[in-house]
Amino acid sequence: MTRTREWIYAWLLLLPAMSLLALFTHYPAIANLWHSFHSTARANHPSVFVGLDNYRSMVEDPIFWQALKNNLWYAVGTIPLSIALALLMAIWVNNRIPGRGILRLAYFTPTILPMIAVANIWLFFYTPQYGLLEQFLGSLGFASHNWLGTRSTALPALMVVAIWKEAGFFMIFYLAALQSISPQLAEAAAIEGASRAYFFRRVTFPLLMPTTLFVLINAVINAFRMVDHVVVMTRGGPDNATELLLYYIYEVGFRFWDSSYAAALTMVLLAILAVVALLQFAFLERRTHYQ
Amino acid sequence: MTARTAARVGPGARGVGLRSLETAAAWLLGILWVLPLLYAFWTAFHPSEYSTNFTLAAPWTLANFVKAWHAAPFARYFVNTVTLVTMVLAAQLVLVTLAAYAFARFDFPGRNLAFALVLMQLMVMPDVLIVENYRTMTALGIKDTILSIGLPYMASAFGIFLLRQTFKTVPRELDEAARVEGCSPLQTLWKVYVPLARPTYLAYALVSVSYHWNNFLWPLIITNSVESRPVTVGLQVFSSTDQGIDWSIISAATLLSTGPLLVAFLLFQRQFVQSFMRAGIR
Amino acid sequence: MRSLFRMLGRALGFAAAVFAVAALAQGPVEVQFYYPIAVGGPIPKIIDGYVAAFEKENPGIQLKPIYSGSYQESIAKALTAAKSGDPPVMSILLSTDMYTLIDEGAIVPFDDLVKTADDKAWLKSFYPAFMENSQTGGKTWGIPFQRSTVVLYYNKDAFKEAGLDPDHPPATWAEMTADAQKLTKRDASGKVTQWGVEIPSSGFPYWLFQGLAIENGANLMNAAGTEVYFDKPEVVGALQYWVDLVNKYKVHPPGIVDWGTTPKDFFERKVAMMWTTTGNLTNVRANAKFDFGVAMLPAMKQRGSPTGGGNFYIFRKSTPAQREAAFKFIKWVTQPERAAQWGIDTGYVAVRADAWDTPEMKKYVAGFPAAAVARDQLPYAKAELSTHDNQRVTKVLNDALQAALTGAKTPAQALKDAQRDADRLLRSYR
Repeated sequence: MTRTREWIYAWLLLLPAMSLLALFTHYPAIANLWHSFHSTARANHPSVFVGLDNYRSMVEDPIFWQALKNNLWYAVGTIPLSIALALLMAIWVNNRIPGRGILRLAYFTPTILPMIAVANIWLFFYTPQYGLLEQFLGSLGFASHNWLGTRSTALPALMVVAIWKEAGFFMIFYLAALQSISPQLAEAAAIEGASRAYFFRRVTFPLLMPTTLFVLINAVINAFRMVDHVVVMTRGGPDNATELLLYYIYEVGFRFWDSSYAAALTMVLLAILAVVALLQFAFLERRTHYQ
Repeated sequence: MTARTAARVGPGARGVGLRSLETAAAWLLGILWVLPLLYAFWTAFHPSEYSTNFTLAAPWTLANFVKAWHAAPFARYFVNTVTLVTMVLAAQLVLVTLAAYAFARFDFPGRNLAFALVLMQLMVMPDVLIVENYRTMTALGIKDTILSIGLPYMASAFGIFLLRQTFKTVPRELDEAARVEGCSPLQTLWKVYVPLARPTYLAYALVSVSYHWNNFLWPLIITNSVESRPVTVGLQVFSSTDQGIDWSIISAATLLSTGPLLVAFLLFQRQFVQSFMRAGIR
Repeated sequence: MRSLFRMLGRALGFAAAVFAVAALAQGPVEVQFYYPIAVGGPIPKIIDGYVAAFEKENPGIQLKPIYSGSYQESIAKALTAAKSGDPPVMSILLSTDMYTLIDEGAIVPFDDLVKTADDKAWLKSFYPAFMENSQTGGKTWGIPFQRSTVVLYYNKDAFKEAGLDPDHPPATWAEMTADAQKLTKRDASGKVTQWGVEIPSSGFPYWLFQGLAIENGANLMNAAGTEVYFDKPEVVGALQYWVDLVNKYKVHPPGIVDWGTTPKDFFERKVAMMWTTTGNLTNVRANAKFDFGVAMLPAMKQRGSPTGGGNFYIFRKSTPAQREAAFKFIKWVTQPERAAQWGIDTGYVAVRADAWDTPEMKKYVAGFPAAAVARDQLPYAKAELSTHDNQRVTKVLNDALQAALTGAKTPAQALKDAQRDADRLLRSYR
C-alpha cells in the first residue's frame, strides 16, 4: 500500500467516529461559547449579541458562586475517599480473605444500580426519626438529626452516596492492576523481612501509580458530572447548600429556559475540565506506562 | 539484627489479630455496600407498613410489584432502555474498533492532533454539554427519540483509547503475516485484532451497558414521552408525584428496572471481572 | 313513479354532495393534547375513558391524549414544541405557568371562543379562587381542571391521647401552637418521638408558606404578576411564625422537612398534624392505620390557603376548527357530573360549585366528609404565587424560606433579600 493510500485509509477508518465527535463534542463546545455571548431568545425578543453580559450576571449571581464552592468541596470530599476505599477494597479482595468472591460482588453492586433509584433508598436512610440511619444511631443513644434538611450536613450526606456509588467501580481497576503485580515480589520482600505496610508503601503503591492516575481523572470528572442524586434527594436545597454546577446548569437551562446564561455557566464547567485535562496531559508526558 | 527479627515476627504473631480485624472490616464494608439493595429487597416484598420497621414476622407479598407494574408503563420503558443500550453498544463497537485500529496501526499526518481531539471527549463528556446538544437535537428534528439519547455517546473516546491500547499489544508479526496472505487492512482487523481483543470488548461492553442503562440527566432532558423514555427517567417520573414517597412501590420498581442487569451481572460476574483484568485496564 | 325516482335521485345526489363537502371540510378534526400526572391512581385510564366517550358523542373530532410526564416535564415539552412549531392543540399545565405561556406567546385566550350565553354561564361557574390563576389583564387564559389546595391533616388518635377533642382541629394559629405543644411527645432523654406539626419545606416551600402569609393578611403578589410583596410585615410575620414553631415552641422538626416523606411521617405517627395538598386525600385514606381528620388551615387574621394544580390551555399554533374542538372538549369534561367524578376518582377538588350538588358527589361526601373540607375552604383561597419569570421568582422565595428555616438568615433578612432579587427579575415586565 502506498503512503498516500494508507493515509486515506486511516482517515476513512476515523471518519465515522470523528464526525460524531465533532458534532457532539467539539462543535457544541464552540457553539456554547458563541451562545454565551448572546441573549436568550424570547417571544418578540430575538437573541442578540450582548457581549459579556451573561458573564457579568454570573459574577453577580450568588447562587453560581455557591454552586462552584459546593462543587469544589464536593470534589475534595469525594475524590480522595472514594479512591482510598477503592484501593482498600481491591487489596482486600485480592488477598485470601474469607468469602472474597461475595465481597467483590458486594463492593461492585452499586455500580450496576441506577443512581436515580438508589437515591430514593438513600433518602430513606437519611430520613429523620425513622430512617435507617436514625434507627441505628438512635439505638446507640445519639440524638436525632435531619441529615438532608440541615445546611451543614446535606452536602456531606450526598458525598457519602457518591462515594458509595463510585468506590466499587474504581476497585475493579485497582484489582486488575494488583493481579498483574508479580507475587514473587511480595515473596522476596517477605524473605527480606519487609513489613506489609513497608512493602505497600515502597513497592505496591508506586506500581499502582498509573492506575491511581486513571482513577483520579475519572473521579474528578464524576465529581462535576454526577448530579442524579441531587435531583432526587435535595434539588439543590436547603437554600442552595447542595447546588452543584451541572445541576444549576440544568435548572437554568431547562427550568428557567435561559439557555444563554446556561451556556455561560457551562463555559465555567468546561474551563474546570480543561484544566484537569491539561494536568492529565502533563502527567501523561512523564508517565510512559500509558504508551 | 534484633530489630530485623522483630520486624519478621511482626506480621506473623501480631498479624493473626490484625488479619481477623481486617476481615471483619472488609465484611462490614461489604454489608454497608449492599445495604441499599438489601433494603430494596426487604421493602419490595413486604407491605408498606414494614418499609420502616424490620421484624421477622412481617408477611411477604408481591403486591408492590403488581402496583408498580400497573402504575407506569414499565414494559415500554424496558423496551426503550434495551433498544437504547443495544443501539449505543452496537454503534460504539463498530466506530471504536475502526478508529482504534487507525490510531494503533496506521501512520498518517495529523494522527496526534486527531488523537488529542478524541481524548478531549474523556473530559468534555456529552453529559456536560446538555444545553448545546439539546439545541442540536432540536435542529436535527430528532428530539424525544431513542436515537437522540444515544447519538452523543456513540463515538466513545474511552472506547477508542482502551481498544487502541489493546491493539498495540498485538504482535506486528501476526498483522504482517495476515497481509502477506493477501488480507486487506479491514480483513486483518477482523481476523487478527478483533479476536485477540475479546476481553477488552467484554469489559468495555459491561461499562457501556451499565452506564447507559443507568444514565439519567440527558435522557430526562431530551425525552418527553413514554415512547422514548428509558427506565431511569420513567422511574423518576413515577416516584416524584405530589403524594410523596411510597418506598415499597419505589423499591419494587427499582428491582424491576434493574433486575435484568443485576441478574446478568450475578450470572456473569466472574467473566466480567476477569475480562476487566485481562483487558489490562489499569 | 318517475318523479319518485327523480326525487330519490336528487336526494341521493344531495346527500352525496353533503357528504363530500363534509369530508372535505372536516375529515375528523385532530386534537392532540398533553396531560401530566401528579397524583397516584389510574389517570391514563380515566383520561382514555373520557376521550372515548367524547369521541363517541362527537364523531367529527379525534382526540390524541399524550401523557407528558410530571408538570415540569409537561411545560418543558409544551414550550419547546411551541417554539419548534409543533405544539399540541391543548394541554393541561400548572395554573402558575400562565404568565410564562403568555410571555412566550404560546397560548390564546378563551375569550374569542366563549360566544353564547351558555358559554358565558359556564365560564362563570368555576370557583373564583381557581379563576384568579386563570385570568389576567381582563382575559381568561386557562380553565381549571385538576386543582388542589392546602389542608391540614391530623391524627385523631393522637389528639385523644393528648387529651384534645378529636373533633375540634385547630382553627387559629394560637390553637395550632397549643395543640402542637400537647401533641409533641418526648422520651426520657428528651428526644422527640412525635412532633406536633409539619409544614414541608423542600421542593416548593413557597406554596405552603403562601397559606401562612394569606392567613396573616397578605398575599405574595399582584394580579398582573409584576409585583411581589415578600418583605411586607405580614409576610415576614408569617415566616417568623413558621420559624417560631421550630425554634421557640419546638413543635416542628428543625431543618428542611421533605415534602415527599411528610405523608410517611404522618402514617408512622411521627407527626400528629401535617399540612399538605388535598391531592393526598386518597393516599392518606388508604395508608393511615388510624382515625384521621382533615381541616381547613388555621387562621391568624383570616383563613386562607393558596390554590394549586393544573389548567387547560389552548395553543396559538392551531386551526380555528381545532380550537373549537378543543374548547368543546374542555366544556364537555368540566360539566358538573364529570367534574364531580374526576374529583372523586383522583382526589382533586371539583372545580365548580354545582359539581358538589350532583347526587354522586353528595353520596361521596356523606360517606367521606373530609372530602368537602377543600370546598369549604375555597371561599378563603387565593391564587397560587405566579408571576412573570415564574420559576426564577419562586426559586428566590424558596431559597429565602429555606435560609430562614435552617437558621442561615433571620426571616426579615431572608425576605428582604428575596424581595430585592425578585424586584430585579421583574423590573423588565413592569
